[in-house]
Amino acid sequence: MAEKTQATAPGAEIDAVEARDLYRRMRLIRTFEDTVQQQFQKGNVHGTTHLYSGQEASGVGVCSMLREGDKVAGTYRGHGHSIALGVDPQKLMDEMLGRVTGACGGRAGSMNVVDVASGLIGCFGIVGGSIGAATGAALAEKLRGTGNVAVAFFGDGTSNQAYFHESLNWAQVEKLPVVFVCENNLYMEFTPIEDVTAGAIGSRPQAMGIDYRQVDGNDVFAVREAAGEAIEHARSGAGPAFLETMTYRFVGHSRSDPGKYRKPGEMDEWKKRDPLILGRRALEERYGIEAERLDEIDAEVAKQLEEIVERGLAAPFPDPGSDGKEFK
Amino acid sequence: MAQANDQGTIEYRVAVREAIGDEMERDPSVVFFGEDVAIAGGVFAVTPGLHERFGERVIDTPISELAMSAGAFGAAVNGLRPIFEIMFADFLLLSMDSLVNQAAKYWYVSNEQGSCPLVVRSAMGAGGNFGAMHSQSPVPWLQGVPGLKVVAPATAGDAYALLRAAIRDDNPVAFLEHKRLYSVKDPVSPVDTLPLGEAAVVREGTDVTLVSISKGVRDCLRAADELAEKGVSAEVVDLRSLRPLDTETVLRSVAKTNRVVMVEEGPLIGGWAANLLGIVAAEGLHDLDDAWLIACPETPIPYSPTLEDAFLPNEGRIVGEVSSRLGLAAEIATGA
Ligand SMILES: Cc1ncc(C[n+]2csc(CCOP(=O)(O)OP(=O)(O)O)c2C)c(N)n1
Ligand SMILES: [Mg+2]
Repeated sequence: MAEKTQATAPGAEIDAVEARDLYRRMRLIRTFEDTVQQQFQKGNVHGTTHLYSGQEASGVGVCSMLREGDKVAGTYRGHGHSIALGVDPQKLMDEMLGRVTGACGGRAGSMNVVDVASGLIGCFGIVGGSIGAATGAALAEKLRGTGNVAVAFFGDGTSNQAYFHESLNWAQVEKLPVVFVCENNLYMEFTPIEDVTAGAIGSRPQAMGIDYRQVDGNDVFAVREAAGEAIEHARSGAGPAFLETMTYRFVGHSRSDPGKYRKPGEMDEWKKRDPLILGRRALEERYGIEAERLDEIDAEVAKQLEEIVERGLAAPFPDPGSDGKEFK
Repeated sequence: MAQANDQGTIEYRVAVREAIGDEMERDPSVVFFGEDVAIAGGVFAVTPGLHERFGERVIDTPISELAMSAGAFGAAVNGLRPIFEIMFADFLLLSMDSLVNQAAKYWYVSNEQGSCPLVVRSAMGAGGNFGAMHSQSPVPWLQGVPGLKVVAPATAGDAYALLRAAIRDDNPVAFLEHKRLYSVKDPVSPVDTLPLGEAAVVREGTDVTLVSISKGVRDCLRAADELAEKGVSAEVVDLRSLRPLDTETVLRSVAKTNRVVMVEEGPLIGGWAANLLGIVAAEGLHDLDDAWLIACPETPIPYSPTLEDAFLPNEGRIVGEVSSRLGLAAEIATGA
């Protein structure tokens, strides 16, 4: 039954069980984000949130090619990066709910999650922060000679920042094992990326001689293959790699965004290419996995999230009287 | 222990170099990077020889202050103890995002999952006619950031011991070296490390407390010598660290002298001295007979020697203001 993919990147070939897990993880992110949105509307998630809905294949594809010891820096749109990497969704939801059981005990919230045990050095509320942090993490891996890589996730708009230009240059000069993953969802907040960006984003790493590839960011198998090559390049000591995943955000930029800036028909076109639809199709075609089995996964994940929210809402808030110290 | 010269003293810049070298020797996770620091040895000649000794652990970087501070952050949360140099403290602004929003917050916001042991060294201070963008002492910019330690040593001995402590510290530390101090020579530190966040009473006195940091402490000590000749006994407190801030030592001194003067090389408004004086007033008003600040005018730092000299606090101004505030007659004050 399990037909193999045509993957060329080392480790990109997987069996049906692993392929199903990829789909499950993408579904987990989507349902997690839907749940965060519901809980936000109910007043249980506070402040603001930036959801990853529509971009799941990018994070899941990349993180599925990482190994123990690799490091990841995500963004304020980081729930997807975190879950893709393996952060416990219960701890993540509890963090959104501001509970003491959260990944950071309720100190971080949606935009700033750290989970050292998973290799998540941080999600960064400041645009561009992930790029510099991952570059530094890669410096540590190189000097220690571990063979580990560090991955920076960031958006298209971030390519106009100092963090981007400075860190890419330094990483290439020092041949650091870092993979820059630019998730190009065509917009920086409400502004079309082409309105504020000179030339193609990909021309920038290429001008520095950085290994570059662009991939369909909604096809998790394509992302895996391209990410595998990029990671292999970085791991080999040849220097950084840059992966541009072309994708689209199905929800507002953040909590309050009617999305008036979108071009007519654009959303409908991208929805046809929903990473979950493409994922299901691939599983059926390549692995012969039946639709009913995938529906079961969807139902299991829905139930999982219901239970997560129930437990999260029952968990205690942090006690202000026991709050922490300034310094270690 | 730092190597003394024949006179038992050490140059400030050499003390800094030896502190880095001794910690790199002791701990293989310490790395050092900055612009022109490796092969060239730094524009203030602080770090020659380190690259030869420690190879790829001492790195010349591009002019990328933000990538440097973020690189130090990423390396620090991933097992290294990076030291990086920002050539002039004025350039720290370009690295502030990572220092403030990443390094300083990591321990707390991560819920204490991990620490961020980095040191940023930088040359601050006026007095060399470098002009408005190469002369600032950006202490208050850094001091108001919870999670970031700030150290500004006044002597070569303290620079050595405080820098070694800063490198061993598990928190991010901004280590500010005054340009005008690089060539001074002081006794070698008798200790390997000094605790961060502890002020020192560097001269005992009973009539007035002079409080400062870095080069300002040396101005205060010279002023205290002159004041002694006029019969005024000045105590001098060297804060050494600005965060954590040792208000206890200052309050104890004020309780003894009942008068305090804070000397800051920087604007009065928004400065560390005004802030500290506020704390002293709030907590020690009952001990105060008099208190004031000696700081700089509220303009950018001027270039021309006549303008810059008039702009900066110095021992003459400290002596003059203390003499008049203590009511010494002019003829006594001038020794006439
Ligand atoms: C330094 C900084 N500037 C601005 C913002 C506000 N902001 C948050 S997300 C965002 C857009 C980022 O666009 P992009 O890089 O394309 O990522 P996307 O949100 O599309 O994933 C902006 C401007 C910020 N958080 N940090
Ligand atoms: Mg975008």
